[in-house]
Formats: sequence, structure tokens, C-alpha cells
Amino acid sequence: MIRAILIFNNHGKPRLSKFYEHYTEDTEQQIIRETFHLVSKRDENVCNFLEGGMLIGGSDYKLIYRHYATLYFVFCVDSSESELGILDLIQVFVETLDKCFENVCELDLIFHVDKVHNILAEMVMGGMVLETNMNEIIMQVDAQNKMEKSEVSRACVCFLCVGLDWSCCMQYAGMCVCCTLHATLSLSLSFSLSLCMCALLLGILLLLPLPLLLFLPSFLPSCCCCCCSPHGPGHYTSTYFFLFPPHC
Amino acid sequence: MALKIVKGSIDRMFDKNLQDLVRGIRNHKEDEAKYISTCIDEIKQELKQDNIAVKANAVCKLTYLQMLGYDVSWAAFNIVEVMSSSKFTYKRIGYLAASQCFHESTDVIMLTTNQIRKDLSSPNQYDTGVALTGLSCFVTPDLARDLANDIMTLMSHTKPYIRKKAVLIMYKVFLKYPESLRPAFPRLKEKLEDPDPGVQSAAVNVICELARRNPKNYLSLAPLFFKLMTSSTNNWVLIKIIKLFIQVLKYLGLLAMSKILKTHPKSVQSHKDLILQCLDDKDESIRLRALDLLYGMVSKKNLMEIVKKLMLHVDKAEGTTYRDELLTKIIDICSQSNYQYITNFEWYISILVELTRLEGTRHGHLIASQMLDVAIRVKAIRIFAVAQMATLLDNAHLLTGNMQRNGICEVLYAAAWICGEFSEHLENPMQTLEAMLRPKVATLPGHIQAVYVQNAAKLFSTVLKSQEGSTEGTAAQETSQLMIDRLPLFVQSANLEVQERASCILQLVKYIQKLQQKEVEVAEEVSALFAGELNPVAPKAQKKVPVPEGLDLDAWINEPPSESESEDEQPKAIFAKEEPKHSRSRHTEVDEKELARRREARKQEQANNPFYIKASPSSQKVYQESPGVEHIPVVQIDLTVPLKVPGLPMSDQYLKLEEERRQKERADKKKKEKKKRKEKRSGRGRRHDSGPESEEDITPAHMVDIVTEEMPENALPSDDDDKDPNDPHKALDIDLDKPLADSEKLPVRSHRAAKVAKSPVEDGDAENTPPSQEPKKKSSKEKREKKKDKDRDRKKSKEEKKKKKHKHEEKEEDLLGGEADEPVVQSEDTTEVVALPTSTNAETYILPTPDNRLLTMSSTSIFLFFFIEQKSSKHKKKKQKKEKEEKEKKKKKKHHHHHRHHSDGGADESVQNGTVEDEEPLPPMSNYCLLAENSYIKMMCLTLNHKVCDIQGNLQDGSQVVVSVIFENKCDSLLKSMEFNVLDSLNSKLQRPEGSGPHDGFTVPFQLPPGVSNEARLVFTVQSIVMPQKMKGTLTFIVKNEDSSIHEKLDFKLHFTCTSYLITTPCYSDAFAKLLESGDLKCSSVRLEEVNMPFHHLLARICFHHHFSVVERIDSCASMYSRSIQGHHVCLLVKTSGQTVSIDAKCDEPTLLGNVLDEIKQTFSQC
Repeated sequence: MIRAILIFNNHGKPRLSKFYEHYTEDTEQQIIRETFHLVSKRDENVCNFLEGGMLIGGSDYKLIYRHYATLYFVFCVDSSESELGILDLIQVFVETLDKCFENVCELDLIFHVDKVHNILAEMVMGGMVLETNMNEIIMQVDAQNKMEKSEVSRACVCFLCVGLDWSCCMQYAGMCVCCTLHATLSLSLSFSLSLCMCALLLGILLLLPLPLLLFLPSFLPSCCCCCCSPHGPGHYTSTYFFLFPPHC
Repeated sequence: MALKIVKGSIDRMFDKNLQDLVRGIRNHKEDEAKYISTCIDEIKQELKQDNIAVKANAVCKLTYLQMLGYDVSWAAFNIVEVMSSSKFTYKRIGYLAASQCFHESTDVIMLTTNQIRKDLSSPNQYDTGVALTGLSCFVTPDLARDLANDIMTLMSHTKPYIRKKAVLIMYKVFLKYPESLRPAFPRLKEKLEDPDPGVQSAAVNVICELARRNPKNYLSLAPLFFKLMTSSTNNWVLIKIIKLFIQVLKYLGLLAMSKILKTHPKSVQSHKDLILQCLDDKDESIRLRALDLLYGMVSKKNLMEIVKKLMLHVDKAEGTTYRDELLTKIIDICSQSNYQYITNFEWYISILVELTRLEGTRHGHLIASQMLDVAIRVKAIRIFAVAQMATLLDNAHLLTGNMQRNGICEVLYAAAWICGEFSEHLENPMQTLEAMLRPKVATLPGHIQAVYVQNAAKLFSTVLKSQEGSTEGTAAQETSQLMIDRLPLFVQSANLEVQERASCILQLVKYIQKLQQKEVEVAEEVSALFAGELNPVAPKAQKKVPVPEGLDLDAWINEPPSESESEDEQPKAIFAKEEPKHSRSRHTEVDEKELARRREARKQEQANNPFYIKASPSSQKVYQESPGVEHIPVVQIDLTVPLKVPGLPMSDQYLKLEEERRQKERADKKKKEKKKRKEKRSGRGRRHDSGPESEEDITPAHMVDIVTEEMPENALPSDDDDKDPNDPHKALDIDLDKPLADSEKLPVRSHRAAKVAKSPVEDGDAENTPPSQEPKKKSSKEKREKKKDKDRDRKKSKEEKKKKKHKHEEKEEDLLGGEADEPVVQSEDTTEVVALPTSTNAETYILPTPDNRLLTMSSTSIFLFFFIEQKSSKHKKKKQKKEKEEKEKKKKKKHHHHHRHHSDGGADESVQNGTVEDEEPLPPMSNYCLLAENSYIKMMCLTLNHKVCDIQGNLQDGSQVVVSVIFENKCDSLLKSMEFNVLDSLNSKLQRPEGSGPHDGFTVPFQLPPGVSNEARLVFTVQSIVMPQKMKGTLTFIVKNEDSSIHEKLDFKLHFTCTSYLITTPCYSDAFAKLLESGDLKCSSVRLEEVNMPFHHLLARICFHHHFSVVERIDSCASMYSRSIQGHHVCLLVKTSGQTVSIDAKCDEPTLLGNVLDEIKQTFSQC
């Protein structure tokens, strides 16, 4: 059984912690610190296994870790797990992260710890290895993400958002703001007419002089602006969204 | 309204999401804690909002903060809210948060049971998946018990994704609810041969975990595993990894060796040098592994050598952890299996003494306990040990460098005790006594001081004895004076133990001094205080004391006051009577005679008590005669060795001595052998005297008399008490080969009972059902049977088929008799004994399991069997008669269980306890209804589940009813293109797949080959629940023969009674009373005439058919409660007198109430 899965960086900052055994929050932090001390002082060229710290259960438990660039991936397991198997699992985990995040780096783990948890949940369940086949894992993770998106896109129908990455709207409470506007409009007008109204609104906005624009932002879908998007600046190149920076 | 939505969304724009939170924390590096506390305040605000999206966002942030070490248990309820969201996005967030911060003592977990059950049976596989994943992290014994059966069902889900998760989680369920192991095991075993490799590996995983703890129970699986091993394609990329880690190979090599060692110790011992080399490796993991190996490798021959090497390492080792590890290993190695490898205990003592030189070790107590253990158990070594310990005490200042933190001072505890206890062996007791009373001792930890004081007293007695024997009395008086001078130091100690002992002994010494001044010889009496020998007591001794006959600790000492007595008056009377009894008159008059008599009795008792430490005069003599004493070598102190503790011998010398001794022995032996050879000239028995001596040849230097541990005289021999009773795995030590007993069946959710209803003929038909399509529980054995029969059955003509089936049934019958593996009750039971057709022509139904908590636990499930085939063939009837008797027995049992389950759950437990046992068993009951059939197909249908609104009472979704329909092909042709359609009413609508019109049918997503049945689930939305609903529907399908295909249809009527909208909800009497007092409820009543059944049957029937739970029952009057899926409270007061039953009811919705009462009336009018 796996007792805990920890990811921390070279300074011991936790990036992900998953305990399959209940500890209080304080103990969890101590375990992370202790594990970091045990692991970080080891040379690069020694083996990847060592005995667990006192807090996690002493020498009955093994720490199996790998060090990738700035991150340590540590699995704390009991004697029933094979060392090599777990090493392989770490590799699969990291490769899966790499595929899901496209060139994963520490920042991805920092900002999307929930996604990392979701991926991990497809590999390890309740301390037992669930799946080691990377393709299968990615397939399931993708299917679930697609489902999430479909739940969001059902709410998002207005053309302002069409073609955009939905995740930027989603993070604001599951519904895009301009869709809400759209919905309000379509209450009184027919669907196609409301689309036209939206188009008109946008056209007016684009033609408006810049100072007025800066005055408007609080009513506009500024969540779509590039800086707030989860992917950082530069991900959206569409010009509209540079116009509304008040959120950054 | 719309504006409000817009405003809400704009507000939400300013909420932080997880990314903002992380970014914020990174930007506030210097005042992180402050920033986070403001964030938590924001989150608290967000959690107060109604919008589930905002809540989910807040919970998501909390999950992150939890990782940073913040306690978020205060938001547990909000997490449950998010978990119960209908959207997968939020549900996933909720379950993730729950898996991170819920644990067994989280009280809101019990609120989640129904939610989780709902998710487990969700048509969306990812809802189920996410629920399983979450559950795996926070499963509690209660959850495990309630959900075990749902999870079992999921183990045969059509999707491998769900199957593998369900299989894995079973291990957690077993841990929390061991009773589920036996019923679930056959299916688990089946999963080892699952077509999906993922499920297979999950099953292997679970069984390996189980087998690791209790391997002997799983031996029967060995062949299966071997087959898996040879055929498995799940290749771990072993070679690649091995190439990457050379270091790793060394580690693995050592690990492998330790495995080999267990079976073939000899082969590993030849690699001793190699392993010792590994001790020098810079990698600590490898060194530790090597140490492990050494542990198993030692023998009498090489122990000294190995320990010497280890001692060298101890000196060299930097870093206390590794040094401590070495130290414990040395002690482990030496003390393993009762010191069997130690030939020279003097050597061992000196090793221990050397180890005390280690600075800053944490294992002082370990060394101390070893010293004590050896000194007590090896009598021959005591003189030597005492001498060593005296030296240690003299040099105590060396050991106690920085006192409190230094664990090594623990050794002084042992030293002081040994010197005191065996003080007769001391060469210079006076010196030791002085050493023990030095002022510096007061800086030692309290428990050590206490031992010092106590043993100073023992020493004092010894000193006194010797001094009184030798002429001048002044020396003895001086000793007393010394004690009196020094002891006050301890009397002032802050440690209570020290203080108490010191003042006791001080008073004693003062008294002795008085006597001494009167020139009375006291030495004898003083030493009598400490006479007697201590023997070690085995750790299990206490447990092994057999319980004396007639002692029952659970029995009442006084009869408990009977419950019937009125509560108000009783207590006063008790107190008034009892008070005088407590007077202290007892202790006043105890005369001398009485005292003497008691003393005698006590002596007698002590003589018989195995634990009382008796003075045994013989033990001293035994020691004197011990032949080992002459062998003790004289220790030469080699002054060239730099000693930190002066005067202590080095263990190395023993090595040399040992070598010499052995050589000498060998020489002796040779001589003897030569002699022998001269006498006996035959060469047959020649020995290889040049070869290494065998283990047995090494005789220990001392005749070691290891005192065996004491056990109570009549201890019961047992071997299983080594295990930790708290070990969760111990509970899983279950014999899996035994057949299941009735009482072991899992609590089954009601819809499982579909199987129960089948007639034997149907059973035969159902046998061709492939396991993946058949969600019903089946024992593996039956399945195997089925497979065998399957092919045959198809080939034979119809008549033959019938015969076959008949035979087959008999087989199955046997199976059921011998191994009641599952809650299958053949329907003959039911049809024969039917006494209870319900409104829709129901068959009798027997609840299959004893632990079933249907009525209270699985509140959301309802049976609505629309159709049950009643085919009566001749052979069936015959059989019924044959087996009637047998079944009736079975039935009785089951009824009883069934009954018990009524009283089992929650609210009614307190009421019915005690009274139910002697009432007659309940008749079987069922909610089956008959609807229609034709010669092609048979449909069975049950309402599974009400999708209850969110916990906070969000009603906008309306209420959903899930109906599970089982289609069974009865003809010889393939049925395909089945379309299930109902005419929607205003109130109830079938939920159709997206994109289809309001009149399109639900296309059944499978085809039915002959004899196969399969299940489809339909979701209905119901707006108003106050009226019963009837929906007309049609099933159209194509019957495809070899040559033709016919279009066929079957009409049916779907009936939702008002009862089916009620959920069995337990209610406590105080809450019930409040509800009635509130005055919001409308009243109505009904009278039932000529009801010929016991009152508890009546109640059970209302509970069962109408989903009520009993709140309180007093004689012939009971209050009952239920709740509709839209939250209406329904309260009943049922009274009976003679054959008339009156029901007064209250509900906040009069129409609903009226309908429910009508339905109740109908139920009883039919019986």
C-alpha cells in the first residue's frame, strides 16, 4: 500500500501532498519537512530508496523518490510494494503530467494542483495502484475534462465567447459573464435578434473612443483578458482582450 | 430577477479563483500568514452564498490551503454540499476536498451515505468513479457497512473503469467491515479472470494485500496466480530501469539476499565479507540493508567477530541516526532468539558497557534494559555485571555530560538497580553507596533518582550487614549518618516518586540509627526488607492467567433496578436506605486474633499466588554451585587502550580469549578423538577434524543458566497472542473456504431482490446471461455451472431442454443448500406461501438477508415490480412439494432475520429492543406487481432511486425517479431495436437523451439473444408528488428469426403511487414531538376494520410498503414518520384495539396525506 505521495521542490515547499492515512494538518506538514530533509541530503548518484522517517512509520515504510529538475516526487510505501514498480509508477506519473500539461514545469503544478490531483486519482486510489497504463490514464482524464467543458459550454452560448478556450470563463463561477448578458437580452428579444444586439454592442464598443472604454470595463467580460487567463500572458492573442486590462 | 443574476455574476468576477490565490500567496512572501487569513475570511463569505459555483470555487481554494497545513475541517459541511452538486465539475471538487480532509471522526460523513449511494448508481460512469475515489480515502466502518453491497454490484459493472475501481475499494471496505470479506470473496476471485487487464491487476492487488497479512487463507489461489503470472502481458519496464540504477542493483541484491536468507541461511553466510563491505558504502540505504542481512547471518561462531566489526563502524559513524541504527542492530543481533548465539555473557556485558560511551544516542534505555535483562536472567554473570556496574556508577559523571538531553544516562538506571539488587556481590559496597549518594545525582532525571534512592537503601542494608558482622559498631553508625546526611537532598526533589521514597527511607534510617545507638543489632532485619529473588515474568503472563471459574466480570453485582418501576420516586428511596450502610463502623474493631488470622490467610494466599515473589532460599545455593563460575576469565586491563571509562575492560579481549578457549577445546577434542581412535580402530566414524567446527561443537564459556520467564501455572497454550489486537488486518484473518452462513450475508439493497422473484424456469433462462450484462449477484460456482450447461442447452430441442433445466435446478438447489452463498431464495418459497397480494397483484417477497437495512438505511429504494411472470409447469409444482419442508425451515430463519432488521435501524431500535424477540415472526412481504407479458418478452421494472434534491433543499430541478427495467427474452429469436416509450403527462416526464423530441422513445441500448436478460435505466422527472401518477407506455421491438423478422409491441402501464415518493427517514421522538407541536401540519385520519394481524406485523407492513419508520411504540400505539422526496413531513399515530386500527395522520400537504392514507387502506383491505 502507498501511504503518502508527496511532491515538493528543492526548497521543501509542498506542491502536492496526498496522504492515504489520516494525519492532522500539523503532522502532515512535519512529515513533509522530515521527508524533505531525508531526501534532499542524498546525492544524485545513490539509490532511490530509503527508509521512512519516524513520523510516517519508521523503517517499516520505504521512501521511493525521484528527482526531476526542481521537484522531488516521493512515494512512501509499505513492504508490499515493489521498489521498481513504484519507481516506474513515478515515471508514468511524470510522463502523464507532461502529456496533460504539455511540457510540464513546476509552475503548472503550482497553479493547477487540483488537476494534478485528478490525474493522480486515475493512477492511485486509496493507496493502491489503480492503473499504470499511461494511455488509459490520459484517456480517462481527457474524458472527464471534456465533460467539465461540456457542462460549461452548455451555459456559454453567446458568440462573444464562441471559439475561446472555455476555461477562462469557467473559472468565474461556471458561467461566462457575457453569456449572462446575452441571456438577459434574449429574455425580451428572439435569439437571432439578441445575437445581433450583441454584435451591435461589440461594434459600438470597438468604435468608442479609448477613454470611454477604460471607463466601461467593470461591465464587460474582462475575465477573458489575457493576464487573468490561467495560461499566462500571451496565450490569447485576440486584440479585444488587450483592451480590458483592469483585472491584472 | 435577471438583473440579480447579472449582478451575481459580476460579483463573482471579483472572487479569487485558485490561480489568483496561488498568485497572491506568491506575491505576499513576507506576510503570507496574514494574507492567507484574509483569504480564508473571503472564502467564508463565499461559502455563505447560495450559488453552488461560488461554493465550489471556495472549496477548491480550501483544498489548496489544506495542503499548506491549514485546518479546514470547519468547512466540512460545505464540502458535502459541493459533493452533492449535480454537476460533475463541482462534484469532483467536492470529492477531492473530502478525500483530502475527511477522516473517520469527521461527523458530517454520515450525511454523505445517501449522496454517495446516489453517485455510485449514477448513470454517468465518472460520477461513480469520482465517488469511488473519494470514498477510498475516507471510508468509515459505517459507510463500509452501508455501501458494501452497492460496491459489490459495481464490481460487475459493464464499464471496466468502474469495475477496477470497485474491486480496489473492496480492500478498504474489508478493512473497515471485515464481515464483508466472505460474501465478497467469490466475486473478487472471479475478477482475477476479468477480460480487462486493469480489473485483473486491481483484483491481484487486493488479493495480494489480503494474502500478505494472512497468507494461509489464500493458498488455494496459488494455481490461479501462477497462471496469471505466465500469461500476464502487463510488463513492467524492469530491464530499462535496472540499467538506469546500478546502485539500485546493489540494493536489490541485498534485499534479495535477505529473502534467500530466510530459507537458505547457509548459502548467504559465505558472502559475509561482501556484506560487511557493504557496510562501508556511502549510501545509507545500502548500509541499512546490509545490517538487516547481518542480523540473520549471525551464529554462535561468528557473532563476536561481526559485532566487533560493527563496533568499529559505531566508532567511525558520523551522524547519530545511523549510529543509533547500528546500536540497535548490535543489540538486536545479540539478543535475538533469547540470546541463543551468545556464548560468553561477560563479553556481552562489556560490549554494552562500551556502547555507553556513545554520546548523544537515543537508545540509552535499550542498553539499560539489556543490562537488566542479562543480569537478571543469567545468574552466572551477576558478579561480573555488578562489578562493571559499580565502575559505571563511580564514573557516572562521564556519562552524564549534558544530562537531560543525553539518553545514555538511562544506563545509570540499570546500573543502580543491578548494584542494589545484587549488592551481595559487590566488592566495595561502601564506595558504591557513596557514589550513589553524590549530590550530583540530583541532576539526573526523576525516575533514575528514584531508583538510586531505593537501591541506596538496599546497599545500605548490605553494608550494615557486613559492618555489623565485623566488630566495631561505629562504622555502621557512620553509614547511617551518611544516609541521613545525604537523603534530605532527595527529599527536596521535585519528583514525587523520589520524594516519597526518599522520605520513607530517611525515616527508616533514622529509626535504625536510634536502634543502633541502643546497640541493637538491626542488620538482619533491615536486609530482610529486601530479601527475595526477582524472576522475570513473561510478557504474555498476565494475559495467560485463566479466568477463575464462576468469575463473570460482565455480570451485575447487584440486580439492576427494574425498568417498570416509576422513575420519579425510586431514586429517593434508594438513597435514603443506602446512606447508613456507608458508615465506617467496619474498621473500628479488629482485634489481635483477627489480625493474626488474616495474616495467616494472606500467607496462604501468597503461597498459592504465582505472581507473588517468594523468598526462595535455594536460589542462592544454585548460584553458588553453578559450574560456570570457575570459568570466568580474569580480566586484564590493557592500559595501552585509550579508555574513556577507566577500569572497564575492552570487549576485544574476549575475542582473543574466546579464540584461545576454542582452540584449546579443539585440541582437547582432538586428543580425545585420538584416544577414541586408538581404542576403536575402525575408520567408519572418522570425523573431519580439520574442517570448521559445527555449531554444536562450540560450548559456551559459561554454563549459562537462562532463567525462563515465569508463566501462571495453568496458563493456556496459544500461539496467536503475538498479534496486535489493534491490527486492522487481524480482523481479516478469515477462513474463506468455509461456506457462507446466513448471518454473514451482506446487507443488500432492495433492488437486488429482482433475482429473488424469479421462478425456477426463469432462473434457467437467466443462466445464459453473460456475467457482464447481468448486474445481479451470483456465486461464482453457479456461474461455472452455467457455462458448462450453456452449450448443451442450446443444442438440445425444447423438451430436452426442459429436462436439462430440471436437473440443473436440482444441482443448483444442492448448491444453495450446501453453500448459501447469496441471498437467492427460489420463488417457490414465495409463490407457495403468498398470503399478501398487494394492490398490483404482488407476489410474496422475502427479504433476503438478515442484516438488511432496507427500511431505514436504503431509504430511497422502492420496489415496483410491474410484471412478474407466473408460469406454472408441472415439474415445478412437484418440486415445490418435495422441497417444501426444507424451505419452510429456511424461511423461518429468514423471517426472523427480516423481522430483526426492522428493529435494527436507527430510531425504532430503542423502542422494540427486548420486546420483539418473543413476538411471532413476520409474514413475508413484497411490493411486486404484475402488469403484462407476451410470448416474446418479459419486462420487469423497479423504481430504484429518487434523486433527492440538494441538501439545502434546492427544489428547482424537480424530483427525479429512476426506474430500472429488466428486459428478458423468452422466445428463441433475437430481439432487437427495442424502443421504450411512455406518454408524458404534464406532471411526469421521461428524460430523453439530448436532442430528441418529446415523443421520441428511449432506445434500449442493447439487443437480446434468446434467453438473455438485461437491464436499462430510465429517469423520470416528476413535478408534483401529491397525486399518484399513471403513465401509459409501449415497448416496440423487432423479433428476428433466421428467415424473417417481425415487428412487435407490448403495452404497459407505469404506476407511481404516492407511497413511492416517500423516503424512509428515521426520526427521533423529540424531533417528532416538535414537529407535531409546530402546528403547520394538516390532520386527517382513517379507520381500518377487521385487521387480523399482530400489531407489530401491521407496523412492519406499513414500514415496508409505505416507507415509514417507527418513531416510538408503546403497547398498542405507535408513532411513525416518513418524508417525501420534496421534504413533506408525514406523521402517523397508529392505534389498535381489537380488530380495529385507527390511524391519525398529519402532513403539511393534505392531498398527499389523503392519497397515502388511501394507499395504506388499500394495502390492508387486500390482506
